Amino acid sequence: MRYLPLTETDRREMLGVIGVKSVDDLFRDVPESAWRDGLVDLPRRKGELEVERILGRMAGKNVAAGSVPFFVGAGAYRHHVPASVDHLIQRSEFLTSYTPYQPEITQGTLQYLFEFQTMVAMITGMDVANASMYDGSTGCGEAVLMAHRVTKRRKAVLSGSLHPQYAEVVKNLSDFADYELEIMPPALPGKAEDIASRICDKTSCVVIQTPDFFGELHDLRAIAEAAHAKGALLIAVVPEILSLGAVTPPGEMGADIVVGEGQSIGNGLNFGGPYVGLFATREKYVRQMPGRLCGETVDADGNRGFVLTLSTREQHIRREKATSNICTNSGLCCLAFTIHMSLLGEEGYKRLARINHAAASNLADRLAKVPGVEILNRNFFNEFTLRTPKPAVEVVDALADKGVIGGVRASRLLPGVKEVEDLLIVASTEINTEEDRAAYEAALREVL
Amino acid sequence: MSGMNRQGRPTSIANTAHGGTHNTFTGNKALELEEALLFEIDNPGACGVDLDEPEGYTSRLGNLARQGRIGLPSVSEPEVVRHFVRLSSKNYSIDAGLYPLGSCTMKHNPRLNEKMARLPGFGDVHPLQPQKTVQGALELMYELGHWLKELTGMPGVTLSPKAGAHGELCGMMAIRAALIARGEDESRSRVLVPESAHGTNPATAALLGYKVDAIPANAEGRVDLEAFKAKLGPDVAAIMLTNPNTCGLFERDIVEIARAVHEAGAYFYCDGANFNAIVGRVRPGDLGIDAMHINLHKTFSTPHGGGGPGAGPVVFSEALAPFAPLPYVVKEKDGSFRLVESEADAKADGTTPFGRMTAFHGQMGMFTRALSYMLSHGSDGLRQVAEDSVLNANYVLASLKDDLSPSFEGPCMHEALFDDRFLKGTGVETLDFAKAMIDEGYHPMTMYFPLVVHGALLIEPTETESKQSVDLFIATLKDLARAAKSNDKARFTGAPHMAPRRRLDETAAARKPVLKWSPPAPAQAAE
Ligand SMILES: Cc1ncc(COP(=O)(O)O)c(C=O)c1O
Repeated sequence: MRYLPLTETDRREMLGVIGVKSVDDLFRDVPESAWRDGLVDLPRRKGELEVERILGRMAGKNVAAGSVPFFVGAGAYRHHVPASVDHLIQRSEFLTSYTPYQPEITQGTLQYLFEFQTMVAMITGMDVANASMYDGSTGCGEAVLMAHRVTKRRKAVLSGSLHPQYAEVVKNLSDFADYELEIMPPALPGKAEDIASRICDKTSCVVIQTPDFFGELHDLRAIAEAAHAKGALLIAVVPEILSLGAVTPPGEMGADIVVGEGQSIGNGLNFGGPYVGLFATREKYVRQMPGRLCGETVDADGNRGFVLTLSTREQHIRREKATSNICTNSGLCCLAFTIHMSLLGEEGYKRLARINHAAASNLADRLAKVPGVEILNRNFFNEFTLRTPKPAVEVVDALADKGVIGGVRASRLLPGVKEVEDLLIVASTEINTEEDRAAYEAALREVL
Repeated sequence: MSGMNRQGRPTSIANTAHGGTHNTFTGNKALELEEALLFEIDNPGACGVDLDEPEGYTSRLGNLARQGRIGLPSVSEPEVVRHFVRLSSKNYSIDAGLYPLGSCTMKHNPRLNEKMARLPGFGDVHPLQPQKTVQGALELMYELGHWLKELTGMPGVTLSPKAGAHGELCGMMAIRAALIARGEDESRSRVLVPESAHGTNPATAALLGYKVDAIPANAEGRVDLEAFKAKLGPDVAAIMLTNPNTCGLFERDIVEIARAVHEAGAYFYCDGANFNAIVGRVRPGDLGIDAMHINLHKTFSTPHGGGGPGAGPVVFSEALAPFAPLPYVVKEKDGSFRLVESEADAKADGTTPFGRMTAFHGQMGMFTRALSYMLSHGSDGLRQVAEDSVLNANYVLASLKDDLSPSFEGPCMHEALFDDRFLKGTGVETLDFAKAMIDEGYHPMTMYFPLVVHGALLIEPTETESKQSVDLFIATLKDLARAAKSNDKARFTGAPHMAPRRRLDETAAARKPVLKWSPPAPAQAAE
């Protein structure tokens, strides 16, 4: 087997040194009832070429986003990732190292984590950010638990325009950890959601997404004030992190915790993962944060260096008293994020955001002209919601048959909710050309 | 005659004037290059991308347009590439050398797997595309689930957990869901966790509101069966046991433990982080386990990436399988694949998922790599993985038994545990010993874990190390042990001497945390 260096001669010699006759002797603690002499019922080893054939065949059955006019978002966005990003993250020294437990020989990882934390704090407008969560949705769950710790209260209120799967993740955690939760009914763009009235002296936090599940942007200032007046925290959720290149960041609107999905920067779609959860908060709450933190220090020679720090919050030190059970996070995805962000820089990040906004704005103008179609949003970034004269499930399907992947029907994530059955959530990014938009418009006219 | 080449250029070090080292002007040391923070190489006006300003659109940002500077650095592409290449040179990696980090399974990461994960049909598909456009991706998930079920002998699987700890959470939630269904959630509030367990185990149990009750280890490094049985009772929800355990030992009494747990009406959660030692040889399902997570980033070689991403699928027994969370993939009679992603779908399917661990469907990028790894090895290669990993670890244990102090009697499984008795009286501690290994070109072993022995040194060579490599490693540790015992303290207490950084002041870092770069304060204007 090409990955296994020991030869039969090596094995014999080593068994001799150990003083046993066969490798079976090393497994002698395995109970007899579980002992197996034969192989499990699976195919035998294969060469590279054969593996490539098998997996290549499977990959070939999927419609790659880059091969068609593509407009799907709803929490994961297709952006152009510069070539150097994927090249650099595949350097052995990054790809094949472990969590930086030995800082003297992992300064590479630690320094980019420090840069990552700095960038996340900057774009969200917050004081501190951690070294990542698994993804936006699990980060959202952790944020709610953190708000309970900070406020010593037990109830969260989730906006009805929070990504439904994020809400499901929070609900799952809250149910099992025995916390209370109120999830507002789905809040469509243009309809005011009276979440402020739901805040009481038991409320630890209010969770609001912007741009929200339907693409609508929210001004968080009033709700931040309302939450703070009752001693609750405001958690802002940003699944399209590129939006912060164009939109006022939650940190400037009073958010206490900002949770983001960083996939848009540097990371591909990957059918849902791995992604990278961004997590930022105010300085005063840093000791209640989940996850790893990288901090600056000096070495024995007085040179600047970086270490994992404040680990007394974490499971390996604190065990059952830890702020979270998270261990492995999204290291390499943070690196991809950081590299792409460095390439973009201040100007590139903002301009890319404007390009996205223009793309979506132009697409909305086009699609609004299709008879029977209505755009629900007033303010949006690169995603918006269409009301179609037919059930959206049929529209998406018919569009796909015409070679256009036209968005996500809201009912896929909100099954059984009558009022969203004719809603289609449509994203447009810098990858879409004018021809893509024209193809979409034409296909939509045909299927309606 | 020696020392010159034909051009008359000196080739022998004897001919060079300079010996030792000196402080260089740049701070660099030849190939070891210092690198500033990105924010310090910021050069306003530079940019690493070429993007045209969009024209001819209506702004729909309302009153929410961002104002002012963010503070991000401006850097061109060559500078960005150089920055990260220089940073990379400060990292140790499995590609560069043996990485014996116990419990972490730092094995070779085949590049074929990277190539497969980047096929556009896997890497460039969206989780919410219409299902008919992602049949191959669903097939891959189904196939991976099949391999995991066959290898573990367990009937149920969920792929979505994002890492080992997330898998633990998922498994314990399934257990709690089963207890709720049985009407015994209120009465069962205690979870038994061996003292030797990884920190994520107690942290996970506590997250779910369970009281964590520690089971002591016996003199052989395993669960003390009598102490364990004494702790069983009608208020116990589950045991969380690692097998092979964190001392690198197979829990001999595991079948009896499972029997007793079930007899007490509780469930058996197994931390499968150490599955590498038994993959293809022992099926956890044959041991009486109810739920077990598998770190694809350990046993199935998806790269660690400096701390993730990983993936922590969970396999379930018959009793727990119906509670497995959303989403999951089913194969239809016509051979097509369907993603069950809502409660309504599940109801139609006759399952009772407890909820959802994450948005979307899990770490597809890891699934592709893991399946590529499995297909490459096959049933025969995977069994060989277990055997060679155990052989390498026992070879280390046997070779070092007189120089270091093994904590327990062998044979061990895929990792060998030593404690610091061999350092007694030397003034050298486990930490110093580990740091001295850095100067020898090794990443240290896992240190001070598990907590059941003093000054633990946990060595996991993995199956992808050659005998030659392991031999040199053993010889190095012998030499270090001899040096420690012969009072060569300088080699240890100041170590590492040759790494990109000397020991870092962690106390200072925690006392006054600096967690991000801040612009230097503007120079005081002269009054
Ligand atoms: C024994 C054990 N359990 C659980 C974990 C947690 O796994 P992860 O880091 O993937 O969350 C680890 C790995 O660090 C481990 O070694």
